[in-house]
Amino acid sequence: MAETTPLYDLHEKAGARFVDFAGYLMPVHYGSQIEEHLMVRRGVGLFDVSHMGILDVEGPEATAFLRRALANDVGKISPGRALYSCLLNDQGGVVDDLVVYALPTGAYRVVLNAARKAVDQLRLATLATPYKVSLTPRPDLGLLALQGPGAVGALAAFFGSTLAERLSALRSFTALETEYGFVGRTGYTGEDGFEIALSTDLLRRAFSTWIESGVRPAGLGARDTLRLEAGLNLYGQDMDETTSPLESNLAWTVAFEPADRDFAGRAALEAEGRAGVRRTLVGLYLPGPGILRAHQDLVDGDGRVVGTVTSGSYAPSLGFSIGLARIQGECPDEAWALIRDRRHPVRWHHPPFVRRGHILVPTAAGR
Amino acid sequence: MSHDHPNDLLYTSSHEWVRREANGEITLGVTYHAQEALGDLVYAETYPVGKRLEAGDTCAVVESVKAASDVYAPVAGTLLAGNPVLAKTPEIINQDPYGEGWLVRIRMEAGSDLAGLLDAAAYERLLAEGH
Repeated sequence: MAETTPLYDLHEKAGARFVDFAGYLMPVHYGSQIEEHLMVRRGVGLFDVSHMGILDVEGPEATAFLRRALANDVGKISPGRALYSCLLNDQGGVVDDLVVYALPTGAYRVVLNAARKAVDQLRLATLATPYKVSLTPRPDLGLLALQGPGAVGALAAFFGSTLAERLSALRSFTALETEYGFVGRTGYTGEDGFEIALSTDLLRRAFSTWIESGVRPAGLGARDTLRLEAGLNLYGQDMDETTSPLESNLAWTVAFEPADRDFAGRAALEAEGRAGVRRTLVGLYLPGPGILRAHQDLVDGDGRVVGTVTSGSYAPSLGFSIGLARIQGECPDEAWALIRDRRHPVRWHHPPFVRRGHILVPTAAGR
Repeated sequence: MSHDHPNDLLYTSSHEWVRREANGEITLGVTYHAQEALGDLVYAETYPVGKRLEAGDTCAVVESVKAASDVYAPVAGTLLAGNPVLAKTPEIINQDPYGEGWLVRIRMEAGSDLAGLLDAAAYERLLAEGH
């Protein structure tokens, strides 16, 4: 039986169609995924992402522990700031990707993918053994994502104008502990926005208040097309334990400096770097009709398979199909996607495709 | 029967609707239930005119934002026409699944009939059972 979030009945009331995602019955859309997608690009949308895992890391050695556990370096961030990082296995494969927030108390709050919570907690607990640190899962907290250029304007409906003003002063990838709960200026859509961790009662009150104020909910369907347009990887699809961050367009998230920081997976990544990274994750689009989908093969002019689509979809902001693909070896100048045994020419585009409302890929008129 | 699945059409368990036309021809589309389950349709492709179809062969593909779905010929025949407006406006399938959003026209092979198909009541019973 799938789990639900504390907002299930409110989603139902809002007209949600549900889908089983990582063992949770989650809204996939509330009528039209495309409308919800465009609403977030142009205005604001409210996502329930309470299926995600929140883990608090506390103790005198919390910083030392996370500098050991994570591929990115929490030593780079001061309290109130957030950092995106991979958690690696000893082979350098990605166990999960996460956002870690440094709290004013010296503790940290980590947000994990729903499907990876249990695996992550085991991996982190193993790595934590030598450190004076406690790991506390927070199933008592839910998570809302208020996303879009209109997110700032929507804050006051729940937080009131004084607090809304303070929150709108937050810079990207910073956070604030408020009287209601924890608010970070982060998201997974390529737009401005906030992620808000609240206890169950406040979570329900916040969701209802925003809906009554005219903010409309958006489902996981729109969340997926928004993140793909933004060029953000989806764990389990674009990367997993068998791919390294260097093969996943995430080298920028691995802090090799300082050289003496022995993070989990470092030796494997260094060996991979010395031997030469074998695969790359690239962005691509279809200039013609058709839809890229995960698991489609890409072939070169001789019909040789050169890679595989890892994420693909129609892009509502663009009106054509985009994707991410893992390429073996050198990326050829020309390639074709095999869609139902027919070859469709693809074009490469370094992601993102859309960011902060700006279209960064040539549209139909431009090609 | 409900407004969603008209009484004058026949249905398949794979969620196509069939309208019997003159001269042994049928028109085929996807049901109200199917387009709603698929969500916003963003691409549709009908197979080439003249293609010989066995019952159960794919004759069109419809794709929503989320997924691709094959559309099957309910009887053997020849593909006579694909709806020409689908290439530019696949969303017409959501808006008008039984009218402007039709998919293909098929000429049934001599001797094939529509006896195995469901009427609206039987189709809705199927949906109620959770298929």
